[in-house]
Amino acid sequence: MTVLHAQMALFLKRLFRRRLVLLAALILSVLVISALLAHWVAPFDPSVMKLVRRLKPPSDVNWLGTDEFGRDILSRIIFGARASLGIGFLVVIFSMGIGTVLGLLAGYIKTLDAPIMRLADAMMALPDILLAIFLMAVLGPSAGNVVLALSIVYAPRVVRVVRASTLVVSALPFVEAARALGVSTFRILRVHILLNIASPILVQATFIFAYAVLAEAGLSFLGAGVPPEVPTWGTMIAAGQQYADDAFWVVLFPGLAIVMAALSLQLIGDGLRDMLDPKLRKAL
Amino acid sequence: MWDFFWRRLTGLIVVMALVATLVFFLTRLAPGDPAALMLGDQASAADIAALRAVYGLDQPLLVQFGLWLKEILKGNLGQSIFLQRPVTQALLERAEPTFFLALFSVLIAALIGIPAGIVSAVWRGRLVDQIVSALAMLSANIPSFWLGLLFIQFFAVKWHLFPVAGYGDPGAPLLERLRHLVLPATVLGLVNSALITRFTRASMLDILSEDFIRTARSKGLAEGVVVWRHAFGNALIPVITVVGLTAALLVGGAIVTETVFGLPGIGNLVVSAVLRRDYPVIQGALIVVAAIYVLINLAVDLIYAWVDPRVRAQ
Amino acid sequence: MGGISDQSAFKQDAPLLAVDTLSVSFRQEDGVSTPVRDVSLTLHQGETLALVGESGSGKSVTSLAIMGLLPRPAGFISSGKIRFQTRAKQTVDLARLSFDGMRQLRGREMAMIFQEPMTSLNPVLTIGEQIAETVRLHLGLSGRALQTHVKAQLDLVEIPDAARRMDDYPHQMSGGMRQRVMIALAMACQPSLLIADEPTTALDVTIQAQILLLIDRLRRETGMAVLFITHNLGVVAEIADRVTVMYAGQVVETAQTVPLFRKAAHPYTSALLSCLPARAKADASGLRRLVPITGQPGVFGKACAFAPRCPHAAALCEIHPPELELTDGGAVRCLRWRELA
Repeated sequence: MTVLHAQMALFLKRLFRRRLVLLAALILSVLVISALLAHWVAPFDPSVMKLVRRLKPPSDVNWLGTDEFGRDILSRIIFGARASLGIGFLVVIFSMGIGTVLGLLAGYIKTLDAPIMRLADAMMALPDILLAIFLMAVLGPSAGNVVLALSIVYAPRVVRVVRASTLVVSALPFVEAARALGVSTFRILRVHILLNIASPILVQATFIFAYAVLAEAGLSFLGAGVPPEVPTWGTMIAAGQQYADDAFWVVLFPGLAIVMAALSLQLIGDGLRDMLDPKLRKAL
Repeated sequence: MWDFFWRRLTGLIVVMALVATLVFFLTRLAPGDPAALMLGDQASAADIAALRAVYGLDQPLLVQFGLWLKEILKGNLGQSIFLQRPVTQALLERAEPTFFLALFSVLIAALIGIPAGIVSAVWRGRLVDQIVSALAMLSANIPSFWLGLLFIQFFAVKWHLFPVAGYGDPGAPLLERLRHLVLPATVLGLVNSALITRFTRASMLDILSEDFIRTARSKGLAEGVVVWRHAFGNALIPVITVVGLTAALLVGGAIVTETVFGLPGIGNLVVSAVLRRDYPVIQGALIVVAAIYVLINLAVDLIYAWVDPRVRAQ
Repeated sequence: MGGISDQSAFKQDAPLLAVDTLSVSFRQEDGVSTPVRDVSLTLHQGETLALVGESGSGKSVTSLAIMGLLPRPAGFISSGKIRFQTRAKQTVDLARLSFDGMRQLRGREMAMIFQEPMTSLNPVLTIGEQIAETVRLHLGLSGRALQTHVKAQLDLVEIPDAARRMDDYPHQMSGGMRQRVMIALAMACQPSLLIADEPTTALDVTIQAQILLLIDRLRRETGMAVLFITHNLGVVAEIADRVTVMYAGQVVETAQTVPLFRKAAHPYTSALLSCLPARAKADASGLRRLVPITGQPGVFGKACAFAPRCPHAAALCEIHPPELELTDGGAVRCLRWRELA
């Protein structure tokens, strides 16, 4: 058995030991798959309005009830997952992209360290939602702008994590050796350092996914996120607010969907962090 | 200790300068002529031109920035377009609910988080720990506005325990007004307690594995004394940091909660300013919020330095 | 099996501490390990027993087990007895004693000092307060009497300017000073047993001698027993009356110091002794060379743990585990000790 096999076997063994993480991964997979296969999974067409069946509580027909236009809530949640999870995923991609590049530079090139980190500090001096709202005000409401705004908001976190890991790895002998051999900076960063900091980056990615889902919901709820016509979990709650007194399920279920998605992601992130960190192997 | 203070202060000023720069230039990125936006659809070309002159919008961007910065430092945050009054005044009018909301939320978050963190660290791995950690994890992932709606439904509408929304009569006594903050503060406190719980737990675990804890036990001290006096005594320092951090985070969290509960605070002001493109208010609020955040961080650092005898001696 | 009542010519009355076939285990992620197996040793009032062994031999774990300071819930005593004679002239089995029972003894009748003086003191409390804590708890003193007692402890360990230093924090003191504070802490309630786990290893050589002398002086003045854990045979020669040698979690030899240094019974002990620079024999060219112990540390035999590295190992040594046998003044765990003597 090669070293890689042994490592993977240990990883899988730890994964299965953690039933909670497994459960979280399962729940997330269900959400993602139903989002991707929404057309087949959803019992009803989410945009079909049946005014005669408006604001009906959960029943055999509409498992999660209907909203103010008679639309099936379960179907809307499933289709809403596409927007909510999709935005979250794109935010991860972009924030990771920008953040990793800046973090690598900050960690590896001394002269760039201070300016990049000061910029990151300045951005983190503003609360996430506030900065996001501000950016949305500048950019205008659209799903794409939400992705852009949130990517900018979360990029500094990535920069910090990547920079910290880069500093550690850069100090290792094999990097010095590579430099001595005349390997170009770009190659060192891409091949030697990046591969070695993959674990903390991956862990951070899952957390940012969770934050992004929550943030998008908050923004949409405030009306500063995606336009209200776009069905995301956040807009569903915003729209359902006024009917909450009589038909609470309109607000309850989209919220539960958000909680399930964010919670699963966080559990997975925590689990990954434990599993990938060799130092965390402690006695019971 | 003094030059620690000065170093932090200068770092702070640099950060604030950067924030101001970011705020100014990003706002200018918005499409459209700021003067036209400010005056709205009904403005005439002459009015727009006049306003442009007042704000120096014809001058190079850097000059505008300089002028704007000068005004900020004088304490003049500009004039709100929609509210017809200085931004500073608008902010001050709405400071009270936000301030108390943030204060109570921090207290609730700390009152939940610190004991929870200590308990789950001391009984690490046991059922208590798992339950506490699970609850903390759960509360960190609940959208505060959703929880707010839930609370309103049950505690206000169905059971009539607390007012549904708003901040009550401006003329009403303080206590009556504060009653309106119970639900929102609980929501915010709950959601933000998770970070404190996790952090306290982690600090306690670190400290409990230190050598001097073994020494304390070897003296025959009761476990309670070891945990509280020796372990938490040392954990207090990092815990203060995280409580401060939470206070800063709450400034952001308050925004959403104020909207849900209809509280006339700064957060609510910012949201409506954003929706209406009231740029002076947006800019002013951002500067103020960043300043508060940064000052809270400085205060936490100073408390930290004062409490830890190792730093105090320097 | 046993090895409890070795014929110590030192004291004829009952030992203060008698560890009887003690085994300590740890629950870990992948099973249970037993780093201490079948350990027996005795300690009498007023004597210093050195517990010698390399890192990982189980000497620290043994001492923690005696004090009841094994990390919970991972560590536990899997078998054996630890008989201790209390001040009230009762003999209790520390292995079976309740948590509260142990707590009452700790600090009052048995105390321990540790290897790392830099990290063994609470950084946010003054040293005066840390000493006062034990005194308040066990002796019930308070107010002026408490202050006087604490100052007296600091004087006892020769800390200059004790009255002022009482209000110092640990980080304001050097390593040697901190170790003195630890000793003052341990001695504050006049324990009858002091366990010293490599107290001088982390200190400068010059300070080491001072600390050793201090401990020895305190022992003579108070009549307490000292269990001194070390890997340094030089230290053993200085202060120990008797020696117990451990290897791979077991006791391999126990003897009085002088006879042991003259001629050790167990091959491991002999090998350890010949590592001492003073022992190096001159070779053909007249230069004295050090002789390392052959083989790899950490590689243990299935029967006799030392067999892979033993110059006298026979075929039988890999098959039959040696038991602890009584000798003329001690004990040995070796199949061939009689022949090698």
